[in-house]
Amino acid sequence: MLEIDAVSKRFGALEALRNVSLCVESGQTGCLIGESGSGKSTILRCITGLVYPDRGAVKFEGAPIEPKSVQALRLRMGYVIQEGGLFPHLTAYGNAALMAKHLGWDDARIKRRIEELRTLMRLPEATLERYPRLMSGGQRQRVGLIRALMLDPELLLLDEPLGALDPITRSELQTDLKAIFSELKKTVLVVTHDLSEAAFFGDFIAVMREGRVLQQGTLDELTRAPADEYITRFIQSQHPAVAPRPEQVS
Amino acid sequence: MKRLFVCALLCGVLTSCSRTRAPEARIGSKKFTESVLLGEIARVLAEQTGAKVEHRREIGGSRVLWDALRGDEIDCYPEYSGTLLKEILGGAQPKNPAELDALLAKHGVRAGKPLGFDNTYAIGMQEPKAAALNLHTISDLAKHRELRFGMTSEFMDRADGWPGLARRYGLQPKEVRGLEHDLAYRALAQGTLDVTDLYSTDADIEYYKLRVLDDDLHYFPEYQALFLYREKFVQDHPDIHEAIERLAGKLDAVSMRKLNADVKLRTRPEATVAAEFARRAFGAHTTVREPTRLERLVQRTVEHVGLTAWSLLAAILVAVPLGIAAARRRGLAQVILAVSSVLQTIPSLALLVFMIPLFGIGEAPAIAALFLYSLLPIVRNTHSGLTGIDRGLLESAEVLGLPAGARLRLIELPLASPSILAGIKTAAVINVGTATLGALIGAGGYGQPILTGIRLNDQGLILEGAIPAALLALCCQWAFDFAERYIVPRGLR
Repeated sequence: MLEIDAVSKRFGALEALRNVSLCVESGQTGCLIGESGSGKSTILRCITGLVYPDRGAVKFEGAPIEPKSVQALRLRMGYVIQEGGLFPHLTAYGNAALMAKHLGWDDARIKRRIEELRTLMRLPEATLERYPRLMSGGQRQRVGLIRALMLDPELLLLDEPLGALDPITRSELQTDLKAIFSELKKTVLVVTHDLSEAAFFGDFIAVMREGRVLQQGTLDELTRAPADEYITRFIQSQHPAVAPRPEQVS
Repeated sequence: MKRLFVCALLCGVLTSCSRTRAPEARIGSKKFTESVLLGEIARVLAEQTGAKVEHRREIGGSRVLWDALRGDEIDCYPEYSGTLLKEILGGAQPKNPAELDALLAKHGVRAGKPLGFDNTYAIGMQEPKAAALNLHTISDLAKHRELRFGMTSEFMDRADGWPGLARRYGLQPKEVRGLEHDLAYRALAQGTLDVTDLYSTDADIEYYKLRVLDDDLHYFPEYQALFLYREKFVQDHPDIHEAIERLAGKLDAVSMRKLNADVKLRTRPEATVAAEFARRAFGAHTTVREPTRLERLVQRTVEHVGLTAWSLLAAILVAVPLGIAAARRRGLAQVILAVSSVLQTIPSLALLVFMIPLFGIGEAPAIAALFLYSLLPIVRNTHSGLTGIDRGLLESAEVLGLPAGARLRLIELPLASPSILAGIKTAAVINVGTATLGALIGAGGYGQPILTGIRLNDQGLILEGAIPAALLALCCQWAFDFAERYIVPRGLR
């Protein structure tokens, strides 16, 4: 379980997070949605220990994320950013194998694990030997996911994972991802600015604005009982009518 | 990176191997023909004792030689009494030879007896120009402010040089510039200069038919040629000292001018001219073997590559970590980048001379100066290479769980490698060019033939240094382009 408990974070004059509380149960997928600057990426940065909250606490499976514990906790997280965040000087294989190699896995084990994930992610075999600049956006994203899943982490954090993809690739990957999330039973937190995507992935959606969580619930709940005017406008602006209905897992 | 290191190491080993057993006598000479000739004659005489003698030719000016003597870099060198009193001892006026000896003893130096000729400074002009203006004495110059003065660079700043001369005679010319002594003669002949300082034994005075203006106010002191020795050397090697002192009183102004003319006007090698003189005057026998052009080239190349490679290697070892430190802390970056930028703005010649008190003369100060010059391009490129890495990538690496050391090694340095390598390449190419100045402080290299070529007005000799230096710079460029294939990861090319 991932708990974000009354977290506030300030960068100089900017209040990036104001008393944010959020909870993702194990095996659940939560979506953070909001305009840019609403604080959704800052939450991911607090979870990964790239920044630490001024007030409040972030806990993963009961363990608080602090400077001294963060290194060990990071091995239990997979983190994917837009375009995959792949290292351009390493091949797809090199990117995926990087951390396992550092932890001293033997080559055979690394190879086996990459093969397993390659099949799961439906990545063509030849792509493994390619450098990121020679891959398509979708391939890069799949490799980024392979790298994130390499150590079989319990928690997956995705920051705008599909933002830079063309619509067809995007919908393919969306479907694949959803299948993988439910198959692997990971705890997942996805940051997006696309409501249809949030509705498609998320067991719940948290709408953020100006460092606050305005409302948390399913798309239905948000539509039926919006907490305020902004939520209504936000939903209307994104044409929820064409979005696929969220499937309730629970 | 490893290959680069091995290359540099090889170059260093090569240069080290070229040195053989230490000589018993090290004779220095200044960078003008007469001094080189006197050094060569002293070498021949010293060799008659059976000692191994090294002549470190054309090391620099008076200051450099004096410091080298006191710093135990050389054992003796030819000097002039006027220079010694006015310039080196700061205007001391000893009443008798014993007083002078006491003064020198304080510096651990002993003066030899005068060689027999006075090579005083003089002021000269082209004969027709002087005749047209009816100029006979230095006093006459005061009335002609329009005349263009060009003085030897050393003369410009010396206590017994231009400032005192101008004061004594009330000279206020509109234009005074400093230049190389040997170039001044040519400038005079071409008419781009009107007045210059001369050494009275210069062969060029006759050759260019110059009028020597009378020092009517007796500004210039006597410049008796003599050898200065390190006191300790005289005690340890009395036989060598005695052998060189055989020259005392044996060389008059006419003979000296003739020897100078042999080298400068008839373009014969100093070693040959000196050996002939020693045979005539002392029956001293020596085998003069001028190295062939190829041998010279090989030696210069080894020296030059040594200067460049060692300084570059040291700079890489220091500048890359400095660049990394600068990239880590912004406050530190400003300090590191500012200091290395300031180092870069110090004129190369000045930097070389600054290094002499710390490292003596020869390769060490040159390598130290080149090292300092190489820092900026490497530090700056390492810093900008590291700070230019996309923040998303850095954070991805961090969240992946890689500790800081592994991130630097596996992610940051490989990503910054094109930039770092470009910095090293810039430093190397600059180094090859700047290393030619090393010859000014006795470091050898391709600068040596350039310097000698300028002194002897020998274009061929100048090209013998300039062309290989340019080729070496090009080779450096190619070598790094080639190394890039191995060092920069394929995904970044």
